[in-house]
Amino acid sequence: MIGLKCSLRVRYVIYNIKLKRMKKKLKVSAIRNGTVIDHIPAGNLFKVIAILGLDQVEGQITFGTNLDSGKLGRKAIIKASETYFEDDDINRIALIAPHAKLNIIKDYQVVEKKVVEIPETIRGIVKCFNPQCITNNEEITTFFQVVSKNPIALKCRYCEKITGSDQLTMK
Amino acid sequence: MKKKDLISITDYTREEYLRIMELAGEFEKNPNQNLLAGKVVASLFFEPSTRTRLSFESAINRLGGKIIGFADSDNLSVKKGETLHDTIRMVSSYADLIVIRHPLEGSARYAAEISPVPVLNAGDGANQHPTQTLLDMYSILKTQHTFDNLNIFIVGDLKYGRTVHSLLMAMSQFENPIFNFIAPDELQMPQEYKLYLREKGIRFFEHKEFTEIISEADIIYMTRVQKERFSDPIEYEKVRNVYILRNAMLNNTKPNLRILHPLPRVNEIHPDVDKNEKAYYFEQARNGVFTRQAIIAHTMNLK
Repeated sequence: MIGLKCSLRVRYVIYNIKLKRMKKKLKVSAIRNGTVIDHIPAGNLFKVIAILGLDQVEGQITFGTNLDSGKLGRKAIIKASETYFEDDDINRIALIAPHAKLNIIKDYQVVEKKVVEIPETIRGIVKCFNPQCITNNEEITTFFQVVSKNPIALKCRYCEKITGSDQLTMK
Repeated sequence: MKKKDLISITDYTREEYLRIMELAGEFEKNPNQNLLAGKVVASLFFEPSTRTRLSFESAINRLGGKIIGFADSDNLSVKKGETLHDTIRMVSSYADLIVIRHPLEGSARYAAEISPVPVLNAGDGANQHPTQTLLDMYSILKTQHTFDNLNIFIVGDLKYGRTVHSLLMAMSQFENPIFNFIAPDELQMPQEYKLYLREKGIRFFEHKEFTEIISEADIIYMTRVQKERFSDPIEYEKVRNVYILRNAMLNNTKPNLRILHPLPRVNEIHPDVDKNEKAYYFEQARNGVFTRQAIIAHTMNLK
């Protein structure tokens, strides 16, 4: 009986050690130089890749998705080797990854942290909610003035209608 | 020099509104001026609008310009699938000015981006119709001799009526306007415009029907209550006769009151009002020609 208890105890301890190791292990391997974009909602990973043009860059890109996150439930992370972004470029993902955090990596160390900010104007990315808008009837890049950031409200340059947060869909 | 398009009523400053009024006054005194001689204006009506088109074409003719274009999209390259982009690219190489009417919202702004020659919006779907608003303003100025301290009643479809929204934005640039809105529940003034008025500290009042309060009005701006705007036909039947202006209702109104309507009307102004000197809607339509002459002259830097 005592033997059985001991063996259960040992197995439990081993399990915990394994679990800790698993937790510590990086899900996406580290980069030497470049940018890490964390806290991307898992469902929007590929949109972020497309908006930032990461499918076009020369450097190595690694990403992971459906990772556990307290804040988002399921998050995605992108590590872009030897790739850096201008603030204006990175802010383009603000609508689909408002909580995204950027770490700029130099020699495996985080040298700068950035958060995304919703810009004053948004070109492309978002669809105008108005089916009668010319942008939904002809091949035109949309353009919006951000009239409110929280809750989000975007005024279409063309039809002048306001797309609200509950009507927001991506192109 | 940057080309001066007129796409939205907010494209003009307060000073430009006043400049157009001044020019419209000049054209009313002397309508036939050969300022557009040798120029070609493209009149592109992708949907029919007899009144606006004829008014524009009359203005262009009185200025001595030549017109090319079409009155609806039936016999068009559009029917063959040509994009608005390509139509505008082509036409802008034939003409010195483009007047466009199009059923899709934002089409005029898009045309202005593509075209190297100036574009005037003659109505883009339910969005904007700025030349209508300027002729409404000219009618107000002509009859009231001021834009300040006016009590303006707007009646009917305040939710979808584009002329109503533009008029409200334009008149808000002047001193101390008061707005009274009369509309059924389903067609009330949208929140964004009420918010705009509140932010500017402009007084407005909302009513569900005509009352004796119209005795305070300087301007009554009537619009059509359209059946297709109602989700429930019973609701339309309930209100269809509530927003009809009749001559007897004008008995105790101010002597300077004038009744405006962008036309066409259906039944919202009873024909017995037509004989009343306060009925101004037919003169209003006539003012459209002078106002459009003024807008063309301003756009083309002819004056």
